[in-house]
Amino acid sequence: MDELKILLVDDEQEFVTTLAERLEIRNMNVSVAMDGETALRIVQKELPQVIVLDVLMPGLNGLDVLERIKSIDSKIQVILLSGHGSTKDGITGLKLGAFDFLIKPIDIDELIIKLNEGWKKYCESK
Amino acid sequence: MKKSILEIFNVKKHLQGLLEIGSSASRYDHFRRNIRIIIIALSLFPLTVMAMINYHQFLKSLKHEIITPEKVLVNKTRHSIEFYLKERLSLLKSISHMYSYEELADINRLNRILYVLKKEFSGFVDLGIIDGNTGNQLCYSGPYNLQGKNYADQSWFQEVNLNGTYISDVFMGHRKFPHIAIAVQHFERKGRSWVLRTTINTKMLDTFIAAMQLGEKDDAFILNRNGIFQTNSRKFGNVLEKCPLKIMTTGYATYIVESQDKDGNILFIAYTHFNYPDYTLVLVKSHAVALRTWFALKSELFVIFIIASVLIVIAVFQLTTVMINRIKEADQNRELAFRELEHHRKLSSIGRLAAGVAHEINNPMAIINEKAGLMKDLIAFQADFKNKQKFMDQIMGIIKSVKRCRDITHRLLGFAKRMDVQIQTIDLNELIEEVLSFLEREAHYKNIEIQLNLSETLPKIDSDRGQLQQVFLNIINNGMAAIDEGGAIIITTHESDENTVCTSIQDNGCGMSEETCRKIFEPFFTQKTNGTGLGLPITYGIVNKLGGNIEVKSKIDEGSTFYIYLPIKSTN
Repeated sequence: MDELKILLVDDEQEFVTTLAERLEIRNMNVSVAMDGETALRIVQKELPQVIVLDVLMPGLNGLDVLERIKSIDSKIQVILLSGHGSTKDGITGLKLGAFDFLIKPIDIDELIIKLNEGWKKYCESK
Repeated sequence: MKKSILEIFNVKKHLQGLLEIGSSASRYDHFRRNIRIIIIALSLFPLTVMAMINYHQFLKSLKHEIITPEKVLVNKTRHSIEFYLKERLSLLKSISHMYSYEELADINRLNRILYVLKKEFSGFVDLGIIDGNTGNQLCYSGPYNLQGKNYADQSWFQEVNLNGTYISDVFMGHRKFPHIAIAVQHFERKGRSWVLRTTINTKMLDTFIAAMQLGEKDDAFILNRNGIFQTNSRKFGNVLEKCPLKIMTTGYATYIVESQDKDGNILFIAYTHFNYPDYTLVLVKSHAVALRTWFALKSELFVIFIIASVLIVIAVFQLTTVMINRIKEADQNRELAFRELEHHRKLSSIGRLAAGVAHEINNPMAIINEKAGLMKDLIAFQADFKNKQKFMDQIMGIIKSVKRCRDITHRLLGFAKRMDVQIQTIDLNELIEEVLSFLEREAHYKNIEIQLNLSETLPKIDSDRGQLQQVFLNIINNGMAAIDEGGAIIITTHESDENTVCTSIQDNGCGMSEETCRKIFEPFFTQKTNGTGLGLPITYGIVNKLGGNIEVKSKIDEGSTFYIYLPIKSTN
């Protein structure tokens, strides 16, 4: 099994960098993107298996990015993240092929469980 | 002045004023009263006017119908009496022409003539021949001793000399019984004049009056020019007495008048004057008898009027009661709908606000959470150092607070968002027992007894399990908060109708005022010291969303009961 590569996408720099650092402490391979375009570039370049993607972002929003990601590689598992708390976005995301949905602030242990599940699913769909 | 008159007659304005529903508590009573007054007045006024017009028209026509036969009767009788008297006068004239003075002065012949008159014609009493110059009775045939009596000074003798004929009023005279004298004057060629005179018994007049076939209470009599009875009256006096009624004894027509007797009884009087002699025939009828039919009809009309009025009043009362109740009900429904709308509007605007606030707070909270988490991670992966545990405790304090904030924002978001309903078939009794298992510990701790009256035949319902759990959790939690130690909560389920099940949750806690009951479903209204005021509004929203309804009844110091009505078949 390959090493799990994670991409965190959120326009809140403080949040995304801190979260990345916490995951790195746990020996995870994490990349960070602050907007949709950057995220798509990283996806094409690095092909992460699991992406944590904020729904509400300036420019390309999370759902648009999700669609593009799925068109690049449908196996990539995307965990949507929202500060808004509306399950409507989550359900739309799930319909578009997202793996799961989390509401901020998140619990690190819960996130890790979801990441591992996503990775597992990615591996199974290979 | 002009303005004030216009204002007085401004009927439309007055009616609007009467029909206006005021804002006071008794406004419906005022409205009901005013409507009743208007409708009753509008209904009874034409009825009364019609009744009065009919009354007068009918009375007039009935009087006319009564009067006409009376007039005919009086006229017929007068003609009969006039004919009778004229016939006697003509007989005397014939005798005076047929016989000479000498022949009539023969007592045997005079007796023979009187005998024939008595036999063939009624009423004759005696017959006499009087000298036209001296007034001496020359020959007399009859029952009295009047031979040689002188009449020169008597007025009738003067009158017969003047007019040639004479019919007297009724009088007693020498005979001491009521009679009429009839006399004719005869002139001979030689220039001598004599008078043939007879007296007529007035019994015939009584016979004519009897022939009128009067009723028991009716009366008829003849008066002379001076209002003196010429015949006996049943009620007003005897012959030759003065009549107490005021009757005009001159004129040529037949009259009908209304008068009163001495007792105040109203009378119809029909009277007519004779052409000759100067008599007046009078017919008196009691008003009450004459209008007996009218009085009976009047009573019937009055009863009909009263019954109609009573029916109108009853109908108006019933109709206005129904109408006002409908208006009241409609007003209440409208008020309720407005309150519901207002409530939904509040919930909706607060929901939007809450969503915005929660989102804005969630992002910085997420940063704080991650920063504190990183600090915790870094410390955890470090070797022991001085105050490590204390740092750890502080960080955990931050993380806990963030978690608390997250709970609050999630709750706010839960309030704001319309969570998607996941319908499944649920055994409500089972669900309630599940919820109670969460609360058992607290109930035990507070020594609260929970009684379950769950219907065994309760049908399963289509609803959202998670959301219903939240509903019951909220309400039972509230009940427990309202109860001091040692209270009780009674939970009952039953099928309220074929489409709905009802769950009632009754506590014997402190209860709520009416004002509080109205506000408990409003967001941010709370009576708890650390309450958010969102529990019951969320509950209300969920129950509504699930197609149900929630009601509360409460009394201070007696406790509260929440009724949760849920549809058996989901409307979602």
